[in-house]
Amino acid sequence: MNRPTVISARSLTKAYGDLTAVDNISFDVPAGESFGLLGPNGAGKSTTMKMIGGVSQRTSGSLSIMGLDPETHGPEVRAHLGVVPQQDNLDEELRVRENLIVYGRYFGLPLRYLRPKADELLEFAQLTDKANSKVDALSGGMKRRLTIARSLINEPRILLLDEPTTGLDPQARHILWDRLFRLKESGVTLILTTHYMDEAEQLCDRLIVVDKGRIMAEGSPASLIREHSSREVLELRFGSERNATIGVELEGIGERLETLPDRVLIYAHDGESALEQVTARGLRPMTSLVRRSSLEDVFLRLTGRSLVD
Amino acid sequence: MTDKPITTPEPSLRAHSPEVSAARARRWGSFYYAEQVLRVMRNYGWSVVLYSVGQPVAYLFAMGVGLATLVDANSGSAFGGVSYLEFVAPALLVSAAVMTASGEFSYPIMDGFKWRRVFYGPHASPLIPQQIASGHIMASSLRFLLQSVVYFAVVAMFGASPSPWGWVSALVATVAALSFGLPLMAYAASITQDKGQFALVQRFIVMPLFLFSGTFFPLDTLPLAVRWIGWISPVWHGTELGRVFTYGMDEPPLLTIIHVVFLVAAAVVGWVLVRRQFVKRMGS
Repeated sequence: MNRPTVISARSLTKAYGDLTAVDNISFDVPAGESFGLLGPNGAGKSTTMKMIGGVSQRTSGSLSIMGLDPETHGPEVRAHLGVVPQQDNLDEELRVRENLIVYGRYFGLPLRYLRPKADELLEFAQLTDKANSKVDALSGGMKRRLTIARSLINEPRILLLDEPTTGLDPQARHILWDRLFRLKESGVTLILTTHYMDEAEQLCDRLIVVDKGRIMAEGSPASLIREHSSREVLELRFGSERNATIGVELEGIGERLETLPDRVLIYAHDGESALEQVTARGLRPMTSLVRRSSLEDVFLRLTGRSLVD
Repeated sequence: MTDKPITTPEPSLRAHSPEVSAARARRWGSFYYAEQVLRVMRNYGWSVVLYSVGQPVAYLFAMGVGLATLVDANSGSAFGGVSYLEFVAPALLVSAAVMTASGEFSYPIMDGFKWRRVFYGPHASPLIPQQIASGHIMASSLRFLLQSVVYFAVVAMFGASPSPWGWVSALVATVAALSFGLPLMAYAASITQDKGQFALVQRFIVMPLFLFSGTFFPLDTLPLAVRWIGWISPVWHGTELGRVFTYGMDEPPLLTIIHVVFLVAAAVVGWVLVRRQFVKRMGS
């Protein structure tokens, strides 16, 4: 890899009393990469983001952002970053455009830069017609886009996004993904946490799968799927009572079988032919679906649990 | 929908480097945050102005004109030879500033850390917690000062400040507001669960301070059992100091010095505790 490393974590650990939220994790992020932390709630993703953002002190290990330690050079590190926190913390009492300008002032940016920049970012966030609205009049998706626009006011080359689309409806998520994808194309390094596998697949060049503060796997979405799952998955529903007991009757079909409370998953290279084998055994599932393997399957394989409980 | 790229190549539209951002934030960060607080205050600017003018007019009229006609007829020289209006005006000025401080340094702090978490936005920027605290204090101080100047102007119009040094009482009121407000802010920053503490502060601290700080009658007319409230009260120290400036109240110079030292010391200790509490809450 010849791109310079912008973020480097070594044996990063954060403990709150007896609870180890982040347990000895190491990773490097080269400039321009879109890097994801995928894991369920409570996996330690946000804590890692806070340490990168220089607002939470690590317990041990080392961390370097643009060659600087966020613990000793908090303001210098944060000046390089754009941060989209999990919870929006916009100035509800200020108007939409003023939110951007005020935030830019924290970076010492002059108004002659901020005024046109704020308009440009409102355009980017598709909020131009809301420029003079109060923040509390915005929908959840609009607030999220405003938070993203705000994080870009200092033209950061690194953007931290903590659960960027949690709580948004599907349409709002797609608009947001499109905006983030444009940023990625313009060369901004994206670091994002998510518990949505589709989001990770859409946006991340590379990701780490985290569970209980530890890295379970690392790689591109495609390579993780290749490594930890089959090409296709056959999803069968036999009704909640039979799902648990049907496993024995399905043995030998596909590469691997996973029984969940609501459905049975058969991992196979060819889902259709697996389904033929099922029906050949005289089994009649209520519904059947053949799909490509996803990161959800990778997570299930690695931890034995679903991402979204 | 627009397909404009987000980075514009025009040189006039480029942000300065992160190094410049960090250096400016380290130097001026408190002012940047104060600017935000003032912009928010501007939204309810009219109510601030009306309150600043309306409150002194109402109080001075009720106490200094209404009540004073009775008091002046019966008091002899109980108020050190000045009219009741002159006696009570600096006390009302200081009390008003302290009451405004009890608002600015309680609920907005809880809002910053817990309710709307407004302090965490700037903390993701190059600002540090100490600057967020200082910015809030600076903007609030400006509000106390403006309010006190307006209050004093009304006092002067009522003819209740015979001394040419009367205007200094507006500064005294501002310092008194900080000497009460900053310890309160440190306390507010330490609260993680709202269990109605601020209502208790209003009822059991602010109100007694207002009533038993030599506001409406000289402190030494009170029994010793409650007189100590005045001695530890920023309202009393501020009021007495204000009286020295508005009508040249006769008191030992040492006592005047004690008032100044008390007010400044309480504010400084409060400020140190606030900074410590903000760092504890938010990291560095």
